[in-house]
This record gives sequence, structure tokens and C-alpha cells, in this order.
Amino acid sequence: MAADFGQFFINSLPDLLSGLGNTLLLTFVSITVGFFLGIALALGRVYGNKIVNGFCVGYIELIRGTPLLVQLFIIYFGLPSVGIIFTPIQAALLGLALNSGAYQAEYLRGAIQSVETGQMSAARSLGMNKLQSIQHVILPQALRISIPAWSNEFIYLLQYSSIAYIIQVSELTAEGKFIAAQTFRYLEVFAMIAVIYLLLTIVSTEIIDRIAKRLSIPGIGAAKRVSLRDI
Amino acid sequence: MEDSSMTMLEVKDVYKSYGDVAILKGVSFTMEKDETKVIIGPSGTGKSTLLRCINQLSPPDKGHVWLNGVEITNPKSNINKMREKIGFVFQDFNLFNHLTALRNVSIGLEKVKKIEKEAAHKRAMQELSRVGLEAQAGQYPAQLSGGQKQRVGIARALAMDPDLILFDEPTSALDPELIGDVLDVMKSLCGKVAMLVVTHEMGFARNVADEIIFMEGGIIVEQGSPKEMFTNAKMARTREFLGRIGALYGDQEGG
Amino acid sequence: MALDTLIESLPSLFDGLGITLLLTAFSIVLGTIVGILLATGRSYASRPIAYLILIYEKILRGIPLLVLLFLIYFGLPQIGINLDAFTAAIIGLGLRSSAYQAQIFRGAINSIPEGQIHAAYSLGMNKLKAIRHVIMPQMLRLSIPGWSNEFTILLKDTSFAFAIGVIELMRQGRYIQVRDPDLVLVVYLLIALIFFILVFSTNKLLRYVEKKYQMAGYQAEVHR
Repeated sequence: MAADFGQFFINSLPDLLSGLGNTLLLTFVSITVGFFLGIALALGRVYGNKIVNGFCVGYIELIRGTPLLVQLFIIYFGLPSVGIIFTPIQAALLGLALNSGAYQAEYLRGAIQSVETGQMSAARSLGMNKLQSIQHVILPQALRISIPAWSNEFIYLLQYSSIAYIIQVSELTAEGKFIAAQTFRYLEVFAMIAVIYLLLTIVSTEIIDRIAKRLSIPGIGAAKRVSLRDI
Repeated sequence: MEDSSMTMLEVKDVYKSYGDVAILKGVSFTMEKDETKVIIGPSGTGKSTLLRCINQLSPPDKGHVWLNGVEITNPKSNINKMREKIGFVFQDFNLFNHLTALRNVSIGLEKVKKIEKEAAHKRAMQELSRVGLEAQAGQYPAQLSGGQKQRVGIARALAMDPDLILFDEPTSALDPELIGDVLDVMKSLCGKVAMLVVTHEMGFARNVADEIIFMEGGIIVEQGSPKEMFTNAKMARTREFLGRIGALYGDQEGG
Repeated sequence: MALDTLIESLPSLFDGLGITLLLTAFSIVLGTIVGILLATGRSYASRPIAYLILIYEKILRGIPLLVLLFLIYFGLPQIGINLDAFTAAIIGLGLRSSAYQAQIFRGAINSIPEGQIHAAYSLGMNKLKAIRHVIMPQMLRLSIPGWSNEFTILLKDTSFAFAIGVIELMRQGRYIQVRDPDLVLVVYLLIALIFFILVFSTNKLLRYVEKKYQMAGYQAEVHR
């Protein structure tokens, strides 16, 4: 029986791998785009004037106050009715990125605000303008402080990328469903998929932790680990 | 371009309030090149606020400040350029946590003065040696003692070749045994760069200042040479304050 | 004209909303009960049990909700357990939430000073009594911020039940879209608005509860 399962696994591998490819694509692209969007929103929140701040808050609250699935449906099903048409993968990438941006904005904002005000004063006193101060003094510290939260976000995206199945993207879960529907071996297939996701989660956590150690600076971030994830 | 007959720093009628509370109620004084002036007075009387009004970290509500004849308080002037000429040493050090001591000192040179990296680092090392910390160049602020942090802070200000350095209670956050090192560095700067120092260190004020300014209640009560102020102050309040502080610190040679 | 068809669709949206709320309610209760057990077990039970709990938590936090739902709804029948979609959704959502809630509760327990339980023992309480009368009341209060966060996440995650055919808000929306393609954007925007109002009001409500039950001087914030 075990040999039979082994054979089954090997047969399914090509499809699963192509699905995995899409899953990783979705994860990496959305966390990256989401990161830049998040920084823009966070800076807008902390340093922007009333209008900029209001816009950023509005966007963040709207995204965080509605399910990801609704956002995807609006992009994939709703927008075509006003002439904007996306392929499934485009819609998924857009939806995940816009969504991630709002969540990343929140913890980036927290990190920026937890850099002491004295740092900004010192930078300005040297003659740096606001932009230089943010770029050379505030952000390098804020980004290091955010690493635990960012690592969480990566894991979330890895898992939530499966939502793209619902709008017909052939990522890992979709491939699994496809194989299962053909072979009726639902339990084994989804157990396999679950294991793959688990491995991805463990490996990514390990890699991110290593990178974090490389980038760590005594006195920043290490003491501020408030997040409880111990995945 | 410097006209030696022109005062280096002129502060005129500066007023500053936070909300409803008036902190500075009309402060005026001048400073000459390379002069050392010490501001003393009870806590909360606007001494630190005055320093922050000079480099515009907290712009004054009313009044004017000129540096070498250029008005800093004019909204049209380039405040960042002005700040290159004014150094600031903070009570809480405010060293850039993510940078080594060396880079803390060189970053102003690199990013503000646009000096090429290698030259900036060389200059930074010079300043660090000047304050006795070349061995700590590669260490991060979290790895330094309070006194070391403050000396890096001074080196950071010095590297920019300012005309004036503002010291905001530079030793108040330090353990008593570390204060001496910082005061020694400050003493070594006398006559080489203008210093405006807010401090409680009476020994320093007495032995090193060219002039002492006594502030209370948001105004300058009296100012004069250390000799005048300590032995022959005109205002009763000045005598009272210096007398009390003298008793507290034991009139020692803390400077 | 389009407005008429929209108004006709409202009742079905209401039905969907009802199912969404039921899903949320049942799942959060399941998640909370199991979560408290897990947290207490991890902190106070024997080593082997604590380890098993750790494995459970890591698995449930390490796989996507969708895969979990598929496993329960499609996979379990293979070993004879047949659940309807609604029940499968509740179990999936609830167990996954329990893993995250366990984290929140455990963080709360860890922020209670050790002296508290020593004092309880000194009064002659056994472990169970100490947990029940001293640890639990504090843990629950400290968990409120993190728990509120989890609640809104769960509320939004119920939309995944769409994928196994539960006729909650999203699926009703899809039916309306299929029936009246003109309404597609309006319908989903409306659904988004409904969710937004739900999330907004529960957040306000929970923040009120948090203030009311706050222990004076105790501000430990515990988040997912």
C-alpha cells in the first residue's frame, strides 16, 4: 500500500510542481509589491498631511475591513463590467498585493513610530532634510524592527495564495483538487498538499530567521520581539 | 566672507509657547566667534527650548535669530543649510542606532556635505580620535557606555565644522563617574568653536565659560562673566540660585 | 430597473448574511473553548501532552484554511466520516482558530507574573483551583485585544466556506452575479460594505468590552 502511495505521489509530481510554481510566484510577487505599497502607505500615514493621511487610512481600513475573497471577486468578476479585464493570475496577483500592502502598512507604521523621535531630531540637526532623514536614519531602523511581523506576513501570503484556486488559478491547491477529482483519492492528495505547505512554511521561517540574524544590529529589533509566532 | 566685526549669533526677542503655556517670554543675546557661553537656571525654565529655537527644531513663535548675518528664522532661508553650521549635542545622545560610531560621525559628511565616502571616513576617524574613541569606531551605540555615546555625539557635531555647537544638558543623563570625560572633551574645544551650553555643572561654568547667562521663568535674569556672576551678582535671585547650587555641589572644581 | 432586480436580490443576501453570522458564531466558540484548553495544556500539563499540543498548533497554523476545509469535507468521507458543508466549515474554521487563539491565550498566561500561582498554592489551592480562580480570570482579560483581532479575522475567513459550497454571503453574491450579470459590481461592492459594517461594529463593541473589563494598571497587549 505504501508503494502504491509512493507511485501515486510520483505520478502526481509534475502537476503538483507546476502548481507549486504558481503558489511561489503569487507569494513572492505579492509580498514584494505589497511591501513597497505598504511603505508608501505607512510613510503617508506618519509624515503626510491631513489629505494624504486620510487617504491612506481610508484605503487601509477598507482593505482590512473586508475579506480577501470579496476583493478578488470585485477585481476578477466586477471590473470587467466597467471594461477592465484581468486574467485569473493577474487578478490574483493584484488582489493579493493590494491586500498585503494594507496589512504591511500597519506594522510598518508601528515600526516607524517606535523609532524614537530623538533620531529624527539628530538627523535634522545635522542638516538632513526630511527625506534624507527618513531614508538614512528612520527606515533602516524601522525595517529591522519589522522583520518578525514581515516574516508572519510571508507565511500568511503563502497560505492565502490558495485563495487563487477560487478564481481558477492553477496553483498548488488547485492542482491538488484537480488530481483528487480525477482519482477520487481526496484524503491522500490533500494530505500531501498539506505536508508540502507545512514544509514550505518551516523552510521559509528558517531562511527568514537566518537573514534576520545577518542583518541584526545590537540594540535594534532583538529586544522588541513582541510577536508570538513560533511557527 | 566672515566679517569679524559682525556678531556670529544674534538672538532677538524670542518667544515660544507650547499650547497655552508660555515657555520663552522675550529672550535676546549675542555670541561672538569661538566664544563659550553657559546658560544656567532652574529646570523647566526654557533653557532647552531656547536651544531648539536657535536651530529651529522648535521654531519660535516670535522673534529672530541670525547666524553670521543670515536670518535663520526667515521662512525663505534654507534651514538645512543653516543647520550644517550649527551642531547639536543632545541630553539623550540620539546616536543613530543602526550605525557604528564611525558611521554616526561620517554620515553627515557623506549625505549632507556630499563628501566622498573614503574622505568622510578619514575625517570621522580624526574626530573620534579627538574625543578619545578611535578604538570604538566599529561598535554600535548599544555597545557603548553613556559617556562614550555622548563623546561620539560631540564628534558627530564637530565633524560638520560648525560655527556654533549647542549643548543641551550634555551630562545630565550620565552616571557621575562618566561626566568628567565628557566635560574634558568640551573643555578642549574652548576657543576653537563657539559653544552655547545648557548645564547644571557649575564647576564647568565657573572655570570655562566666557560668559554665564542665568535664565528663569522664560527670560534672562542676568548675564555676566563667571567672576561677576559668582562673586558679585547684581540680582538677588541670581545670588540665591548660585548660592544654593554652590552648596549642593560643594563649590568643587567639577569643571 | 437594475435597482429593482437588486432589491429583489436583497432577501437572498440576507439569508447569506445569516449563514455567515452563524458560521462565525459557532466557529469562534469552538475555537475559544479548544484554544483555552490548548493554552492551559501547553503551560500546565505534562511534557508529552504539551509537545502533542505544539505539533497540533504548528500543523493547523501551517496549512492553508482552504486545504483544511478540503481535507475535512472531501477527504474524511474516504474514511467514513461524512459531514455536510456547513458542519465541515465550522470544524475547519474553528480548529484553525483554536490554534491561533491558543497562541493568544498562552501569551496572556505568560504575561501573568509567576508570583500569582505561587500565592495561590500558598493558600492551599491545588493546580486546578489555582488555574480556575487565579490564572483564568486574568488570562481572559489580558486576551481581549488579541481575541478581538482573531474574531474579525474569523469573520472574514468565513468567506472561504464558499469553496465547499456553503451558501453564505459570498455564494449568494455569486448566484446573483450568475442570474443578473449586470449587477456584478454592485453586488460585490454591497457585500464588501456589509462585511465592512460587520467588522467595524464588532471592533467598536469589543473595544468597549475591553475597556470595561480592563484590570487597572494592566496593559499587556497580546496579538496574533
